[in-house]
Amino acid sequence: MKNRKVVSVLAAAMMAAGMLAGCGSSSSSTSASTTAATTAATEAASTEAAAETASTEAAADTASSTAPVSGEVTAAGSSALLPLAQAAAEKFMEANPDCVVTVNGGGSGEGLKQVADGSVDIGNSDVFAEEKLDADSAAKLVDHEVCTITMAPVVNKDLGVTNLTTDQLISIFTGKTTNWSEVGGPDEDILLVTRPSSSGTRTLFKTWALNGEEEASNASLETDDSGTLLQTVEQNKGAIGYVALSYLVNDDNVQAVSIDGVEPTLENTYSGDYKVWGYEHMYTNGDGSEAAQAFINYMMGDDFASDLESMGYGVTSKMSDAAVSAHAAQ
Amino acid sequence: MTAPSSVRRTRTPFKEKFIHESLGRGVVTVFGFLIIAITILIGVFLIVRGTGTFTKYHHSAAEFLFSSEWDPADTATEGGGHVGAAIYIVGSLLTCGLGLLIAAPFALGAAIFMTKIVREAGNKIFRPAVEIFVGIPSVVYGWVGLTILVPFIRDVFHAPMGGYSVLAAGIVLAVMIFPTITTVAADAIASVPEVYEMGAYGLGSTKWQVIRHITVPAARNGIFTGIILGLARAFGEALAVAMVIGKTRAFPKGILYPTNNLTAAIAADMGNSANGGEQNLALWSMALLLFIISMFFIFLIHFISAKGELKKS
Repeated sequence: MKNRKVVSVLAAAMMAAGMLAGCGSSSSSTSASTTAATTAATEAASTEAAAETASTEAAADTASSTAPVSGEVTAAGSSALLPLAQAAAEKFMEANPDCVVTVNGGGSGEGLKQVADGSVDIGNSDVFAEEKLDADSAAKLVDHEVCTITMAPVVNKDLGVTNLTTDQLISIFTGKTTNWSEVGGPDEDILLVTRPSSSGTRTLFKTWALNGEEEASNASLETDDSGTLLQTVEQNKGAIGYVALSYLVNDDNVQAVSIDGVEPTLENTYSGDYKVWGYEHMYTNGDGSEAAQAFINYMMGDDFASDLESMGYGVTSKMSDAAVSAHAAQ
Repeated sequence: MTAPSSVRRTRTPFKEKFIHESLGRGVVTVFGFLIIAITILIGVFLIVRGTGTFTKYHHSAAEFLFSSEWDPADTATEGGGHVGAAIYIVGSLLTCGLGLLIAAPFALGAAIFMTKIVREAGNKIFRPAVEIFVGIPSVVYGWVGLTILVPFIRDVFHAPMGGYSVLAAGIVLAVMIFPTITTVAADAIASVPEVYEMGAYGLGSTKWQVIRHITVPAARNGIFTGIILGLARAFGEALAVAMVIGKTRAFPKGILYPTNNLTAAIAADMGNSANGGEQNLALWSMALLLFIISMFFIFLIHFISAKGELKKS
């Protein structure tokens, strides 16, 4: 009886050890895809290509650097950058069939954390690494400003408001103005729709549209993502929120609002007339792998620039000096 | 000749013994211990992360639980903000309380109906129908709530903030926990010994009198267990509630006003907040609080069933 117990416990211990070891080795990959927002397309491509990679890797290693790169690139982080990074990954993998690029969401903080601890090759972020990591970790990371993103205030189509001054915007978002009639609109209560305090979109909007004034969190609805925000604005006549231009490319159901008479467009962002924009960052740990560098270069390159603009993002190299210096000043 | 053969029998070859006895036993032991180990590890992890608010950033537990001032710093090392989570805690309590208030009578009624009134159809139709509810993902409940319930509340009750409200969250939660309470309560009611009821019938009781005075009181412990399981599910639900509660950081002025709750607040900022920062750790503290609440519910269930057994004996 006793003997039997000992044997079974031993067997149990051995199997447990095996399982734990298995868990340990795969933990980095599971944490990398926590929110697993990969598109089906990327996923399918990665499994297909994975088999090829193994067989051709040796050959590609000996090829010169101008030839298509091979290897695996993982990226995670910012949800604002996610659709663009996924589109870029698909095109990049067409040009580099031996390369597998996987892009996940998870948020800027998560992306920076994972690139700093080595779980992913590229950490996507709406904000500078220094804002979310301690100084030592941030110092190891290399910043790539892959594109710019423009934020626009949006209101319901039926409201009839198309322009607001900066002062009016601040007054609305801080909760001082509560009815549209006070800013030249119809007699309709204002419904604030915002994003969580840690959101990069919110930080950008606060810094550049509200001159740093804090939004009235106690009088606003908060939505986890820009899609929900748009839906809320569509459904409520008095609603006002803000989204990245990339969300407005295919959406005619809301009205983008000009600030001080300047329309939120890519042209106005490039020229520096429209001030509510920021860089989207891709961080690598050190210089990053060859494949990761190639992917980032592809995203910032001329071949991808028109795709990038058609999705509502701005090309970093097109930013005028006036626009760049206006942002650097603050 | 008999002695050697009996010796041979007791000495089963090791391999055979391993396959027939130890292997199966070992496998289930591993699973058993693994479950316990994972539970403990999650608990330890939450305690380590969740206490950072109090040890690393020196906030008091009283501030966390009772203050409504929420303004934590979102950088990796800087502190100095405020981490009062009272709005989220009250939001969770209110929405779950309201959800329970709506769901419990319906669930109890449904449980009695399908076990006592239409026993045959209950087993064949009603019970499977209720069980389907359990399997519907919470995002579906949330989405339906967002597209139908929220505009409905806005238009019918003239809710001030677009219909996002405690009421909407309470109703969505009620629909979600209704099947849990119903199935557990129905099981409890069905397992009440028939002799109890026969005795009452023998004394001339009507069917309703039997249900009211014999069956339901006898099944009381099981019904409470169902209610607590439902409540535990309601507390842990994030997605569906987040979609309809509005997530306004203020105490609600009424059930038509929006507020926020623990799970939605964690989900909103967990990915973007700086790892190890004040806000991040405050969110972990909220996760720890949810863990403690759910442990409390489990203990409550065991306490109730233990009390029930004591009475029976």
